[in-house]
Amino acid sequence: MMRSLLFIPGNLPNMIQNAYLFDADAIIFDLEDAVLPSEKDNARNLIREFLSKNSNKKNTLNFIRINEVGGEFYKDDLELIVSDNIDAIVLPKANVSSVQTLERALSNIEKSKELQKMIHIIPIIEQATSILQVDQIASLPRVIGLILGGEDLTKDVEVKRTSEGNELLYSRSRIIMACAAYKITSIDTPYTDVYDDSGFEKDTLNAAALGMKAKCAIHPRHIEFINQAFSPTKEEIEHAYKVVEAKKNAELEGKGSFTVDGKMVDKPVVERAINVIEKAKKFNLVKDDEE
Amino acid sequence: MKGTAGSKESSDCIITVTKQDHQEILIDSVVGAFFHDQIKLLIINTLKELKVENVKVEVIDRGALDSTIKARLITAIERMNAL
Amino acid sequence: MKNSLGRFVPAEHKPFFSSDDYKDDSRKCVSKKTKSKKVEFFSSYAEAFDYFNLKSGMTFSFHHHLRSGDGVINEVAKVIQEKKLKDIHIAPSSIFESYTELVPCIEGGNITLIHTSYMNGPVSTVVQKGLLQGELVMQTHGGRARSIESGELHIDVAFLATPTVDKLGNGYGAFGKSACGVLGYAISDLEYADKVILVTDNLVDALDQIHFSKNFVDAVIVVDKIGNPEGIVSGTTKITRDPVGLKIAKDTSILLDKLGLIKNGFSMQTGAGGTSLAVVDYVRSLMKKKNIKGRFASGGITSYYVKMLEEGLFENLYDVQCFDLDAVQSVQKNSNHIAISASKYGNPFEDSPICEQLDFVILGATEIDLDFNVNVTTDSFGRIIGGSGGHSDIAHGAFCTVIVSQLIKSRLPIIKEEVQTISTPGENVDVFVCERGIAINPIRKDLLELLAKKKIPTLTMKQLLDEAHSITGIPNKIPRSSKRIGLVEYRDGSIIDSLYQVESNV
Repeated sequence: MMRSLLFIPGNLPNMIQNAYLFDADAIIFDLEDAVLPSEKDNARNLIREFLSKNSNKKNTLNFIRINEVGGEFYKDDLELIVSDNIDAIVLPKANVSSVQTLERALSNIEKSKELQKMIHIIPIIEQATSILQVDQIASLPRVIGLILGGEDLTKDVEVKRTSEGNELLYSRSRIIMACAAYKITSIDTPYTDVYDDSGFEKDTLNAAALGMKAKCAIHPRHIEFINQAFSPTKEEIEHAYKVVEAKKNAELEGKGSFTVDGKMVDKPVVERAINVIEKAKKFNLVKDDEE
Repeated sequence: MKGTAGSKESSDCIITVTKQDHQEILIDSVVGAFFHDQIKLLIINTLKELKVENVKVEVIDRGALDSTIKARLITAIERMNAL
Repeated sequence: MKNSLGRFVPAEHKPFFSSDDYKDDSRKCVSKKTKSKKVEFFSSYAEAFDYFNLKSGMTFSFHHHLRSGDGVINEVAKVIQEKKLKDIHIAPSSIFESYTELVPCIEGGNITLIHTSYMNGPVSTVVQKGLLQGELVMQTHGGRARSIESGELHIDVAFLATPTVDKLGNGYGAFGKSACGVLGYAISDLEYADKVILVTDNLVDALDQIHFSKNFVDAVIVVDKIGNPEGIVSGTTKITRDPVGLKIAKDTSILLDKLGLIKNGFSMQTGAGGTSLAVVDYVRSLMKKKNIKGRFASGGITSYYVKMLEEGLFENLYDVQCFDLDAVQSVQKNSNHIAISASKYGNPFEDSPICEQLDFVILGATEIDLDFNVNVTTDSFGRIIGGSGGHSDIAHGAFCTVIVSQLIKSRLPIIKEEVQTISTPGENVDVFVCERGIAINPIRKDLLELLAKKKIPTLTMKQLLDEAHSITGIPNKIPRSSKRIGLVEYRDGSIIDSLYQVESNV
């Protein structure tokens, strides 16, 4: 479960050692675009050594964006970076076949390195062809979420990226539906104009309103707002507790159907309420009122 | 044979490893007064771990943490060996 | 002899006991001078030296309102060398890195004693090496004013850079080609120095507003240039873009809000560093959101405070030093932007100085220790890189004193078991905010209780120290040289710490 994912360039010690300070739910250590081709080796060693020593008290998830499948860096990236210290591989330019290739590779590495856990996959959907395959990508094993790669995708579609985001409406909707159908996390594209606060906020609220469940950030100052935008509100949490409580009572009384605040409660409402409570607990949103 | 890795950015270091007939470690650190011995020990231990002998290791350090120094040393050795 | 903080104090000096110790004393003022003669005008420094027969062993003072752009102290230093004066005692309110002409004076024994409140650059370096024959005394801004009015720091001649002077000898700071805004640090010098010489590059027929009254002025030197405008308003006056600094600032503003300190009629002061300015910006947003109007902001004034004054977020600014051009212009045109003297700002013996009226202050530190003692005078090697300035004055005065700093800079933990040099005693420091948490001084039980009630997590200094060490490793202790080079004087005139020579090879 996550709301915010912070990209950290893979070869900058100064940013890596401060990565956990900003309350992002996940860090994406980047070996791809943020690292020069000549420095990929440096970055792999740096991230690996950092993760092996780091205590990570907040249980932030550690993801690695590797280089694309089939490229010259892909194999070394996997071989040198996959360990029990990471939670998922973020795969750029993903499509069905590249995710399947990565899936097989991870199975082999997990065996050969005797890992204690399963490494997940988070494909980045940033090509028009991948949008067309998105339902299938979402269904593949190990895939726990999809990231919309808005910058590359709009280039592929030859359309201008705006803070209104009309150009991304279809892609966002496709990803949201595919993720909802397979119960994985839909993750929105980062807003790349770091100092355009109002554009960023509009873009984030828009994604949340459409149904995205999380968003990437390329600057730590975006995390707080993203966390807020993708957290259930106080009212939603209160309502969820009411629903669960009402369900308990209904079961005790042997009632099949019941209402909360005058509205009929059915199974999806209960499921959503449970989900909201789980999220609220995980992200420490259930606080007693102050004073 | 020689390999170099790292940068002069704050919290980073540049490490150069050169093959020679004996071991030698030279550390120039902005925090040398406080951490020279720890940095030296880390380098000695990493060389042992990697079974690398008879090299000159030159460190220009801008306040890197141990994990950074170790990573840069590993890369520098790999680059030296790749030549 | 050791003071109450365990720091060495030479026998002939009064050791620091507590920050409230001054309350048992009463204000001592020598009489302000009365002057009968008319103001003399000169066109060179040398003429003034000859006219007043300035000689070896005298004390010359200066202010630092022209900051890195000051030309006056360098020119006076040149004349000191030319005239081969010896054993001159200087008392500039601060010494910046551009005051390079002082270096040969120190090396050559022309200048042998220094009183100042802040010092960095090459002058620090030579003093650090032990080349000043006499002692360096680091004061606070308020303490300097106190020592001048009490006669403890007796000034023979004050050379006061003055951006505009009229033909009667009145002076003003906020216009002219070398405009620097207010002249608050120089008021004690003006009123108490035996001879006052204004140095200006802009002589006008008459002035509407004045900062210096001709009644205290003995002479005016008119030169081509008293400074370099670029250096005058060069402060580090931009909000930080560093994510860590921004986080610290944000957490600080949330804390201030939860402590109930941002309320109608509140007053605040911050430094001009990037993190402090980010706090100002967050406080401004909060004030607008909650429709809060503050009473005043004080201290060194930047464009951020000018904007808040103009937006009606504060009733007044009390300005002892302008950091940028907007502040300089504001003091000229806005009557709610009020110039104050260093004495009114921080002299413990003033009747209700500004520092005593502050609700909270945001200050920096090069080091802070387990007892909340703060060092802003030396770095972790013991090299002089600054000084208290107003730090100790406002830390004592404010209801809540907050220190903001990164916990770790280039692998060095800012938090220590003991700081190299104590500038401000821990008893006056209430809160430490860094990127890895907030620590509250255990003597502030009221704050701790309030935060517990609001469910704001806090850590102890020991926890933060351990956290820092878990990231960096434990730094070696640096042995301190036995050669003392100076003293750190607390605002009441007692000695809070000593300064030591540092070998140049660290």
